Amino acid sequence: MAKHSIILHRDLFLAAFVWSTAALVAGSFIWLLSDMLWHGASQLSWGFLTTDTENAGRAGGIAPIMVSTLLILTVAMAVATPIGLATAMLISEFIAKDNHFARVLGMSIDVLAGVPSIVFGLFGMAFFSVYLGLGFSILAGGLTLACMALPILIRTIEEGLNAVPDEWRKGAAALGMSRSSALLHILLPTAAPALAAGLMLGIGRAMAETAALIFTSGYVDRMPSSLHDSGRALAVHIYDLSMNVAGGDANAYASALVLVMMLIVINNIALWLAHGLLQKRMSTS
Amino acid sequence: MTSSKLNISSRLHINTLQADTWLRLMLISAATIAAGILLLITLFLLRESWPALLHVGLLRFTSDTGWHPLEGAFNLTPMLIATFAASAGAILIAGPLGVASAVFGHFYASTMTAGIFKRIVALLAGIPSVVFGLWGLTVLVPRIAEWQPPGASLLAGILILVLMVLPTVALTAEAALNAVPESYFRGAKALGISHGGIILHVVIPAARSGIIGGILLATARALGETMAVLMVAGNVVQTPTSPFDPVRVLTANIALEMAYATGDHRAALFVSGLTLMLLVIALATVAGRLGGRLHG
Repeated sequence: MAKHSIILHRDLFLAAFVWSTAALVAGSFIWLLSDMLWHGASQLSWGFLTTDTENAGRAGGIAPIMVSTLLILTVAMAVATPIGLATAMLISEFIAKDNHFARVLGMSIDVLAGVPSIVFGLFGMAFFSVYLGLGFSILAGGLTLACMALPILIRTIEEGLNAVPDEWRKGAAALGMSRSSALLHILLPTAAPALAAGLMLGIGRAMAETAALIFTSGYVDRMPSSLHDSGRALAVHIYDLSMNVAGGDANAYASALVLVMMLIVINNIALWLAHGLLQKRMSTS
Repeated sequence: MTSSKLNISSRLHINTLQADTWLRLMLISAATIAAGILLLITLFLLRESWPALLHVGLLRFTSDTGWHPLEGAFNLTPMLIATFAASAGAILIAGPLGVASAVFGHFYASTMTAGIFKRIVALLAGIPSVVFGLWGLTVLVPRIAEWQPPGASLLAGILILVLMVLPTVALTAEAALNAVPESYFRGAKALGISHGGIILHVVIPAARSGIIGGILLATARALGETMAVLMVAGNVVQTPTSPFDPVRVLTANIALEMAYATGDHRAALFVSGLTLMLLVIALATVAGRLGGRLHG
């Protein structure tokens, strides 16, 4: 009987712990979100997004910041997408999983995914800014982020290609198609949603980044006139406003709200593409 | 489909093997770039740290009088200790809470509650570190300051890191729990083991390898985190004696000083970057191995 009551108490204790953990996690998230909405939403307006930054960000909007962010992301994705797509196609369609090159490739992609962002920042500064002479520029920042976004891009596209049933490849081969045309005409169009999802996740990763950009694309909050100009990304703007600018908190919260809302939209599109659309394509074949 | 069939027949004369070879070569060169980035990062970190390794030597990074880079003293120990203390504290809290979150979604919540809860964890995982930092700086730090000034402290760093790495633990533990065969649960149920007993003594042990892998990944993330900790931990270079002491972690040190560092000082910052990278790679490798065989 004593044993039974110990078990009963342990089960009750476990249930209480699990439920209170869930309440704690959900509560913290709601606390964070409501603070952001509370402090940020009142500042947020169409004007905030479209006017120039004034007085180091205390006043005015974030138009130049948005433009810089967009340019940095464009550079990053324009460089990362072809390399990521090609690598994913190679891994999934052309080399065996136990091939030596495949193993080295897979391992270096996984390790790259775990490298801390500040290390990417150090590397980007030493390689792109100094060694290649790009200086503090949107180009240097974008290239650094391209390296960072590559692993998630490769893995998402690879998953999409792996989800295409093998029968389709065999069918293509039976029809006498070369592997390249099977890839271009059958596999890639089918896995296109995964490609788009990878792109979205890569953009999400790049957009959330601060540490890798401080020493590569820099702090300048003017409207950039070329890719060689320094440009301040949205995440860097939030950091600078809250740490270095007294009285910048309100605009920091408004910028944070913009950033988080964009990330939520991007992640949801990625999720919808990867799960909804891709599955639907496979099943209606 | 009809259009691609026409395409195929019209192209049959082309030497398909040759087309494959060309594509293959192109893909291999792109993949070589992808694999080369990691090598390039390592080489450049080594190249930039080389002056410090040569002039200062590894020993002085732990034996110098302190971190006074402008006077040529490069002791990294206080910041290493702060980094480990912040990560260890965060993992000690986020580990059990993360596993409990996964258990909640899997065994306790109704399907709908579990769905909502998973969305919350996913959203939490997607919040950028700078936003956690902003919130910690404006909400958490003042609250700690009311209780134990100055507020910006190791504790603030730990609490923010808990929120940041908890989703990593929860999501990997969730995957590990999913991989446990349903028959384990049913078998244990048939033996008359209680609900809590099954979770604690059957399912979690079966999923332990994946859970530990997730915790290691979370540790790597905590060690490498920069912005959030930089914004809330106070950034005083000292060995913490209580959780309320302000501390500076390695990553924050790089972010704060890189802007003006030159010569050996700059190289010393690259040494700390290299150290971090090696630590994180080691953890990620072990985590990958563990995650590979989920219930072995």
